[in-house]
Amino acid sequence: MSCRSDNNGGRGRKVKKFITGNEAAAIGAKLARVKVISAYPITPQTVIVEKLSEFVANGELDAEYMKVESEHSALSACIGAAATGVRTYTATSSQGLMLMSEIMFVASGLRLPIVMTNVNRSLSAPLSIWCDQQDSIAVRDSGWIQLYCENNQEIIDSTIQAFRIAEETLLPVMVCFDGYILSHTTEPVDIPEQDEVDKFLPPYKYPYPLDPEHPVTIGAVGVPDFYEEFRYMLQEAVLESRGKILEVGQAFSKQFGREHGLIECYRSDDAEVLLLTMGSLSGSVKEMVDEYRDHGERIGLVKVRAFRPFPAKELVKALSNAKAVAILEKDFSPGSTGALFSDLSGAFANAKKSPLLLNFICGLGGRDVSVIQIREAAKAAMEAAKTGEVKETVRWLGLRETMVGLKL
Amino acid sequence: MSSSSARKKLPPGAVILKAGSTVQTETGSWRSLKPVIDEKKCTGCGLCWLYCPDTAISKDKPPKIDYKYCKGCGICASECPVEAIIMVAEEEK
Repeated sequence: MSCRSDNNGGRGRKVKKFITGNEAAAIGAKLARVKVISAYPITPQTVIVEKLSEFVANGELDAEYMKVESEHSALSACIGAAATGVRTYTATSSQGLMLMSEIMFVASGLRLPIVMTNVNRSLSAPLSIWCDQQDSIAVRDSGWIQLYCENNQEIIDSTIQAFRIAEETLLPVMVCFDGYILSHTTEPVDIPEQDEVDKFLPPYKYPYPLDPEHPVTIGAVGVPDFYEEFRYMLQEAVLESRGKILEVGQAFSKQFGREHGLIECYRSDDAEVLLLTMGSLSGSVKEMVDEYRDHGERIGLVKVRAFRPFPAKELVKALSNAKAVAILEKDFSPGSTGALFSDLSGAFANAKKSPLLLNFICGLGGRDVSVIQIREAAKAAMEAAKTGEVKETVRWLGLRETMVGLKL
Repeated sequence: MSSSSARKKLPPGAVILKAGSTVQTETGSWRSLKPVIDEKKCTGCGLCWLYCPDTAISKDKPPKIDYKYCKGCGICASECPVEAIIMVAEEEK
């Protein structure tokens, strides 16, 4: 478990560049020396693949760049390429991820270590191009590792790490970050040197490549006599990838001076009330935590970086000493709760000690999550911690109640 | 994949490492219609051999059909230029 008190850590580089989240992802993929990029270039695509096409066109990156007719084809092409044993990358967002979803299950089932960036954006209808995390949450069961980034530095770092995690676990990895809030926002980013990345990420060698000299069969039928075993092996691999994410994070930290784990704990050790977030919202919550701490309130943040594999053990350990936990998330499962909340509730099943859990759905479809809203969640959790009771388990922050008929 | 391999640990991603393992799966039992060759009509052109998706037809005159693997798809009968192959219901033999 990675618990630390700030995000600047370590040696740092001399020169930082101002780049957007999209550029950070593209540069990360370039530094990883991807060999095949397959992408659908039209809406809801991002600048990531445009940037990569420039790198290929101007000779900065030696890769095969495949422009295909849909996201379904984009990922299908990645599967074919990955099966031949080359490092493969694609990027998408919202509706594009939905069109890919069928093939996502194929990629993980075939255990092909493809890396994809998903820029988190909302799903239609109503038609929306803005940020929330519903898209990647909708494919949480696809067997892909999902990492969520807080800022542009984490995007480039996680993209580089994603290839090593993928290749050492034979699992596809999705690096997710918030649309617009990070994708189109410029931040100072320490860009690792190519030779350092080469040391961290050696050339890729897939154990079962398609090769006419040594034929193998990839994509055979899994009859009822075998299917369950392969699904169990996938489950085992995704669960075990927890260790690999930590190991790769530590190796990265040793070389580049920045730490990344499954979760991050911010001023949480003695906290009575904790907020739990995923993605860029964590930055805003840290600011609010500092304010409360200045006033002597014992409040902290736990940030989920790896949503799949779900860091159940780590979260139970990090949260169980708190009295109440407010889970803020930009997604929900209609007819149930937020996805992070339901997974966390499951993690606390059979636990000896559990804090009160409060779920706050917020920031859907690009709605700004204001400091007032975060404070509202914190106050509700503080109230629950004091009284030992939760008034409302799931609340929607910033919802205008008259507009949905809750109030006259 | 056969049940005999169930005692060994499976390779990840259901990869089959042994080439040509398809011969283990005798697909002849899938058949409901069976191709029958009229040896007198056959010119030995080899089109049925070429078109058979299961490589279950030999390149002879007349060709031999391997009913252990023939699924009864009927492509050979459809492609035969002299209508020397007819499909008959499996029960009629």
